[in-house]
Amino acid sequence: MKHIVKILTLVMAITALWVGLLQTSMIPRSHTWLLPIYFVVSLGCYGLLMVGVGLMNFPTCPQEALLLQKDIGEAKEYLKQKGVDISPS
Amino acid sequence: MDGQHQKPKNKYSIIVPTYNERLNIGLIVYLIFKHLGDVDFEIIVVDDGSPDGTQDVVKQLQQVYGEDRILLRARPRKLGLGTAYIHGMKHASGNFVVIMDADLSHHPKYLPSFIRKQLETGADIVTGTRYVKGGGVHGWNLMRKLTSRGANVLAQTLLWPGVSDLTGSFRLYRKSVLEDIISCCVSKGYVFQMEMIVRASRKGYHIEEVPITFVDRVFGSSKLGGSEIVEYLKGLAYLLVTT
Repeated sequence: MKHIVKILTLVMAITALWVGLLQTSMIPRSHTWLLPIYFVVSLGCYGLLMVGVGLMNFPTCPQEALLLQKDIGEAKEYLKQKGVDISPS
Repeated sequence: MDGQHQKPKNKYSIIVPTYNERLNIGLIVYLIFKHLGDVDFEIIVVDDGSPDGTQDVVKQLQQVYGEDRILLRARPRKLGLGTAYIHGMKHASGNFVVIMDADLSHHPKYLPSFIRKQLETGADIVTGTRYVKGGGVHGWNLMRKLTSRGANVLAQTLLWPGVSDLTGSFRLYRKSVLEDIISCCVSKGYVFQMEMIVRASRKGYHIEEVPITFVDRVFGSSKLGGSEIVEYLKGLAYLLVTT
């Protein structure tokens, strides 16, 4: 099944649930009408929250840049010894 | 690896596509040999006709390390990343293929952890991830981080791919698996990496992750432009309807 079909099925199931709620009037209609808006807003909030949390906990590795510089120095030294010319042409 | 265990007879073909990487290819080859001492491997450099003499450096490296360890499989001009992998794979004699960038943003010191993970789990694909503990990125500004996080959340929400880092390109593939998925991937650039892993995931291949760190291009300029975001969104939509 294509992924879009999966998502559409999910959306349809939720819609069906909502229509069901509207029909049975289990909760006051005025509330039920607003549910889709709540849903979209909470989806947006979830997205923003995830981006925010991800941004705050973004793993960085400044020490890796230093280690890499060391490795580069070592590699250059070795290649020079072996007579490999890697300097910009 | 300790001597008690019988070492499986695996061979790893490391495909490195290059374009104007004269300096970096020398450094990366040295580092690969340094970190993969006791592993059977070969390096396949797919150079797209670099004008800076990348191929001359590779030939010199062949003199040092041996022509059977470093294979130069050049192409006449820039022909794209996807076809570079296919081209490299045609000449690969290993049963596993590693794909990595030549610009040193992928450090060869992580290669042993890819191999170990594969041996432990029997995975078809081991992909490097920057977004878990032990991984990380260096040299990105806030905007780049924001874009990256946004893109990631969007993809995770829409595609449910089951891997945390979709656009990373430091990966180890079982050769047969790579051959299988690469033939149906048509995207370019970042999206190509995403398409590969999503298609592999949909086909039910066993995918494992290892943390890697990513130090943005030390030499040379980074290749991220503004239109990349549009391309990314297009790619996301494409994957939604085709996978």
